[in-house]
Amino acid sequence: MSDWISGSVVIAHDVGLHARPSVKLTKVAKGFSSVLEIAGNADGPWIDAKSIVKVMAMKAKQHSTLHVRASGADAPAAVEAITSLVARDFDEAGHGN
Amino acid sequence: MGTEFKGITASDGLFMGQVRKLSFALKTRVPTGDLAQEREALETALAQSITELGALMGRVEGEAADILGFQVAMLEDEALAAPAMTAISQGIAADAAWSQAMAAEIAGYESSEDDYFRARAADLKDMRDRVLRHLSGDNHSGAAVGLVLVGDDLPPTAFLETDWSKGGAIALIKGSTTSHVAMLARARGVPMIVGLGDESIFSASALIVDGSRGLVIADPDETAQSAFTRDHAELAARHGIERTFLFEPARRKDGGVIDILINVAGVEELDAIDPRSCDGIGLMRSEFLFRDGAPLPDEEQQYRAYRRFLEWAGAKPVTIRTLDIGGDKPIAGLTPSGESNPFLGLRGVRLTLAREDVFRTQLRALARAAVHGTLKVMIPMVTVPEELSRSAQLLQSCVAELRAEGAPCALPPLGIMVEVPAVAVAPDLFREAAFFSIGSNDLTQYVTASSRDDARVAALNDAGHPAVTRLIVAVAQYGRDNDIPVSLCGDMASDTRHLKTLLDCGLTSLSVAPSRLGRIKAALAEI
Repeated sequence: MSDWISGSVVIAHDVGLHARPSVKLTKVAKGFSSVLEIAGNADGPWIDAKSIVKVMAMKAKQHSTLHVRASGADAPAAVEAITSLVARDFDEAGHGN
Repeated sequence: MGTEFKGITASDGLFMGQVRKLSFALKTRVPTGDLAQEREALETALAQSITELGALMGRVEGEAADILGFQVAMLEDEALAAPAMTAISQGIAADAAWSQAMAAEIAGYESSEDDYFRARAADLKDMRDRVLRHLSGDNHSGAAVGLVLVGDDLPPTAFLETDWSKGGAIALIKGSTTSHVAMLARARGVPMIVGLGDESIFSASALIVDGSRGLVIADPDETAQSAFTRDHAELAARHGIERTFLFEPARRKDGGVIDILINVAGVEELDAIDPRSCDGIGLMRSEFLFRDGAPLPDEEQQYRAYRRFLEWAGAKPVTIRTLDIGGDKPIAGLTPSGESNPFLGLRGVRLTLAREDVFRTQLRALARAAVHGTLKVMIPMVTVPEELSRSAQLLQSCVAELRAEGAPCALPPLGIMVEVPAVAVAPDLFREAAFFSIGSNDLTQYVTASSRDDARVAALNDAGHPAVTRLIVAVAQYGRDNDIPVSLCGDMASDTRHLKTLLDCGLTSLSVAPSRLGRIKAALAEI
């Protein structure tokens, strides 16, 4: 687990990582084989981005920074997918679903 | 007779059936005493719960589907049951281990300072109980047919998974008439009484739920049962007659036409209503898009919702009331907390003008939706003319902004609710309003200085008080003299006892509960 790819993004969503955004985030995360973790601080604690129980327990708020890191074959794509999902505000504005 | 319990009617109707206790129905489970078997029991119960919720998800959409989707995702996550599995390996029984693990998880949510996260504790309790039910071998799902559901409160999932096709009713110790479940019950015509208060109702085996009297009769004797049979037959006969009026235009005995529109909230209500049965929507309560504990709907979500109401109505008018929260309708993060008298505080337009960001989002969504039908926009709780003119300026500026962006939009006419006595007494101050809609519930409450949700002063809270009707007469007269359309959208319009009075007041447009359409039209034909 030494080679981490990392990134960060500011949460724009009204209430932060709430139920519906968390469901989306963990679904996207599970699409990657890499170990994928998120944290509220750059130095952790890091939690499993594929576990909605743990993601919800973070209670990440609006305007807070979400740190993302991944390790594995598809690590760069995984970090990109998570940061862009959060940056797009979980596709909740202006889309049909 | 049987024992009578008085409550508040959240959804009208009459039903008698066996009791199903909610969350009290847990059978005692005998632990196997074997670690592997306990572990397997919990795994099976989790899998059954997930399957059950998954089946339910296929039948609903929108917010209900989101609630279920969240619960499924949580239950599928091994991290949720991990502490319980550890406890089982230390010799604790599966049900106790699961309860303890969920208690810790629920406490984490309940201790959050954020209202949105705190509200999720109810979902976790719902999940906890579902799994416990499966652990105890009580697979009641689908079995709740033609029963009276009794409990402290009812989670939306329990309502959604009940088969109401054979009838049924809901009787709650707590509960609220404005909850999501109450809305669903009204839409499906399931009788529901809340606020019964008395837990001794849990020991009843059969109940009569009488929405028209806000009454529950526990273990009715033969007299009560035959009274029920008679009332039920009468009601069915009356419904039969009312149905024949449903698709006819509303006419008085002398042939004079009255416009009868409907009051609605959730989009899900529309499915059960035929637009041909009414003259449009007289009141769409937009605050029901803003659920306590849920994220505020953004412009796009609001636009899509408003558009559905307009498309449903076709060319008929749709009056959407801007956010009317505060008072008895708190929304975390928007309404002030700790007001000593919320009904006289920051509510309705007072609140939206104080939260221009929220107001502008709504006005933009409305202006965009306006191109899809005949939209009117209505401002609640107006007290002084400046509130109307400031709202009009904001609406115009939103339309200008949208046009500059190239977004299709239109400027809908802007009218006001007449519910603060100041407006009813001096309607001439509001001649700029495109229309008046009398909100008789709040008007009555403010004129009689009696709360509408306090049973001890319920007798004072009478819309038939001459002071209230005199104000209605004055507003109707002012409207006629100055070409300002006047209608009435409070509960008074849905109550046949007040119908003649309202017509005598000079009103020719009423907005009623959808379930009352046939009854009101039938009663009109006699006046």
